[in-house]
Amino acid sequence: MRALGIILAGGNSNKLGDLSAKRAVAAMPITGGYRAIDFALSNMTNSHIQKVAVFTQYNTRSLNEHLNSSKWWDFGRKQGGLYIFTPTITAANSYWYKGTADALYQNINFLKESHEPYVVIASGDGIYKMDYNKLLEEHISKGADITIACKDIAPEEDDINRFGVLKMDTDGRIIDFEEKPLVAGTNTASIGVYVIRRRQLIELLETCANEGRNDFVKDILVRYKSVKKIYGYKIDTYWRNIGTVDSYYKANMDFLKKDVRNYFFRQHPDIYSKVEDLPPAKYNDGAVVNNSLIASGCIINGTVENSVLFKKVYVGDNCIIRNSIILNDVHIGDNSVIENCIVESRDTLRANTVYQGTPDEIKIVSEKNFRYAL
Amino acid sequence: MELNYARRGDFMIKKEMIAMLLAGGQGSRLGVLTSNLAKPAVAFGGKYKIIDFPLSNCINSGVDTVGVLTQYRPLRLNQHIGIGIPWDLDRNIGGVTVLPPYEKSNNSEWYTGTANAIYQNLEFIDYYNPDYVLILSGDHIYKMDYEHMLEYHKSCNADITLATYEVPWEEASRFGVVIADDNGVISEFEEKPANPRSNKASMGIYIFSWKVLREALVALKDQPECDFGKHVIPYCHGNGKKVCAYDFKGYWKDVGTLGSYWEANMELVDIIPEFNLYEEFWKIYTKSDAIPPQYIDASGKVSRCIIGEGTEIYGDVENSVIGSCVTIGEGAVIRNSIIMNGVTIGDGAVIDKAIIAENVEVGKNAHLGVGEEAVNEMKPAVYAFGLVTIGENSVIPDGVSIGKNTAIYGKTEPSDYPDGALKSGGSIIKAGE
Repeated sequence: MRALGIILAGGNSNKLGDLSAKRAVAAMPITGGYRAIDFALSNMTNSHIQKVAVFTQYNTRSLNEHLNSSKWWDFGRKQGGLYIFTPTITAANSYWYKGTADALYQNINFLKESHEPYVVIASGDGIYKMDYNKLLEEHISKGADITIACKDIAPEEDDINRFGVLKMDTDGRIIDFEEKPLVAGTNTASIGVYVIRRRQLIELLETCANEGRNDFVKDILVRYKSVKKIYGYKIDTYWRNIGTVDSYYKANMDFLKKDVRNYFFRQHPDIYSKVEDLPPAKYNDGAVVNNSLIASGCIINGTVENSVLFKKVYVGDNCIIRNSIILNDVHIGDNSVIENCIVESRDTLRANTVYQGTPDEIKIVSEKNFRYAL
Repeated sequence: MELNYARRGDFMIKKEMIAMLLAGGQGSRLGVLTSNLAKPAVAFGGKYKIIDFPLSNCINSGVDTVGVLTQYRPLRLNQHIGIGIPWDLDRNIGGVTVLPPYEKSNNSEWYTGTANAIYQNLEFIDYYNPDYVLILSGDHIYKMDYEHMLEYHKSCNADITLATYEVPWEEASRFGVVIADDNGVISEFEEKPANPRSNKASMGIYIFSWKVLREALVALKDQPECDFGKHVIPYCHGNGKKVCAYDFKGYWKDVGTLGSYWEANMELVDIIPEFNLYEEFWKIYTKSDAIPPQYIDASGKVSRCIIGEGTEIYGDVENSVIGSCVTIGEGAVIRNSIIMNGVTIGDGAVIDKAIIAENVEVGKNAHLGVGEEAVNEMKPAVYAFGLVTIGENSVIPDGVSIGKNTAIYGKTEPSDYPDGALKSGGSIIKAGE
C-alpha cells in the first residue's frame, strides 16, 4: 500500500457530441461489456492499490450507477475502498470544481488524512492496461518530483494536438510540456497518468489554490516544468483516449483485431466491470454475423458485419448492420439498415428505416422512440 | 453480532420461510459429467450451473435464507456459491450457508437420506425460527415463485404442500404420483405405479409447516436412510396431517439423464423458447467471471445457437449451446451440441450431438459423433441417446474419430484410439477414481 489512487473522471468532451449529452466520458460504454473507467479502476486494483477516489462532476448519474458497488473491482475492503467525490457546498465554498487541481484541493482532507506516501493519478477515459507499480518504481529510482506516463502517437492513430505534448532529454526528464499545442514539437503525448509524493501534491495544491489557479496540467505540470524534477515514463503498449467521436469509434473497432482482444481479454491481468447477469447471446435462423463483437443478452435475427453490439441489443429480421457500434439495450426493428453509425443506448429504431454515415463521418443516431408503441 | 441480538431480547431472529436445498447427490446417470462434481454444479444453458435455477428462484421469491446441503464432491459447488454474492444471498442475517455433514461426539454419520440430512441440521433451522421450511432439490430447471406456493399452503391450511406437475399419462409410471381431490387435498401416494391413477407427479419440492416437519424428523430419527418421499410424508399423512398438492403449470425439467439434459439445453435455442432466459422480471443469476463480448470471425457462421461471453467463433456453429471463453477453430463444424466454458475446439474438427464439459481440448480435424449407434459397453443405461459425452479437462488428440454412445474422460493420446478411432459404444476413462 505504497500509493493511493485518484481517477479524474469529471470531464465532458464536446468532441464526443451527442454521446456525452447524457454521461461523463468515463462512463462511455466500451467494446461491448465495459465502461471506460473500468480500465483505470482495474489497473488500480491489479496494481494492488486498495484505496481509490473518483472525482466527478459532469452528468454523474450514469457513472454513479456504474460505481454503485465497489465489489466488482474488489475495492469493498476494510483496508481501503472506493471513494466518490462530487462537488459539495461547504462553509468554505459553494463552487463546482473549477478545474482538476481545484477538485483535489476541495477534497484535500482526503489526501491529508491518508497515510500512503505516493499518489497515482489517472484519467477515466483511457483504454489501456498498466502496472502502476512499474511507474512508481521508475519515479522512485529517478528521484523525481512528478512522473508522467506518456506514449508516442502516430499521426494515423490520433491527433497529437489534442493532448499534452512533452519533450524529454535522454535521461527522461521533461524539458518541455505544452498542453494542446497548435503545432506539436514532438509526437510524445501525456496519457494523463501521474505519480507524485502525497505531501508534495498537497503542497502544490495549496500553493495553487492560494494563487487562484485551478488546473492540474496547466497550473502545476506546465508551470513547474523547469522548477520541479518532472520525468516522463514512456509506454509502448496499447493506449487510446476516447475523447472524440473518431477515437471512440476507432477504440471500439480496435477490438475486432485478434491481438487487441488477446491482450485485453485473454492475458493476465483481467479488466473488471459491473456484472449484469444477462443471458448468453442468441442467434436465430437468419442471423449472419461476420467479424463482429456481440455482448451478452443480444438477440440476433439479421446480418451484422464489422460491428460492435453492446449488451441486450435486439436485431430484427432482415436487418443489415455494417461498420457500426450499437450501444446497450437498443431495439432495431425488422428490415432496417445501419451503416457507419453509432446508435445511442436504450434507443428504439423503427422497422424499415435506413441510417447511413460514411467512414469519414460516423453518424450518431439517437431517436428516442417509444419502444412499446412499435 | 448474532449472539448480541439473541441476548438483547429486543430483537428475535425470525424468518417466515427458509429453504433447504439438497445438493449432495452425485447424479450418476450424468456419467462423466459428474465424475468430479456434484450434479447441481453441472453447467447448463451456456453460462449457468443447474443450482443457479433454485437459488435464483429463492431470491426472486423473497426467500433470503438458504441452507445448501452438500456431500458428494462439494469443492466446485462451494467455489460457485462462495458467500452467495451473485444471488444477493450475502446477508447479515440469513443468506446462503453451505451445510456439509459433520462429526459429532457420537454417532457421526454421512447424510444417509434426504430427510436425514435435514434432521442433522435441526439446529440451523431452529436458529432462524421459521414458520415454514421449503425443501428443494438441486437438479431441476424451472422458474417458480415459492411465495405463491406458500400462499397456497396457507390458504389450504395445509401441514405439507407438495408441488406437482402434470406429466403425460404414458410417462406417469416413471414418477411418484399423487391422488388428490378437487380441493388439492392428497389422499394417496403411488411410487412408480404400473397402472397410474393420476398423472400429477411430485416435483420433489415441499413446503412444511416447521412444527410438523420437526416433530416428524425427531420421531423418525432412527429410521435408516430417512427419505422425504418414502418416510417423512407417509408418516405425516398417516398421522392425519393435511397434505396438499400445488399444481405447477410452468416449465419444469428434470435433467437427471444425459438425454433429458441434452434435450433441455437444445430447447433453449428455439425461436421463442418455452423456458425463456430473456425475461427481465425473473432473472437467473450466476457467478460469472467473464465479461468480454464474444467475437464471430468473418470465417465463422452461427445459426440457432446461444453463445456465452468471451467466446471466439472461427468455425460453423448450428443448433448448439456454447459456454463462455470457448474457442472454436477455423473450419470446425459444431452441430446439435453442448459445449461448456473454456473448451477449445481445433481447426477442422467436426462435432455432432456431443456434450463437452469444461476446459476440454479437442484436437484438429477430430470427428465426434460419427457412424451408426451401438449400445455402450460400459454403462448402457447412462451413455445412450446417441450422444458423445466428454468429461472436464479431457484432451482429444488431432484427427481421431469417435462414434456415438461414447464416453471419454481424461487426457487421451493417439495410442488410446486403435486405428485412430473410438467405435460407437466405446469408452476411454483415464481420469477420476
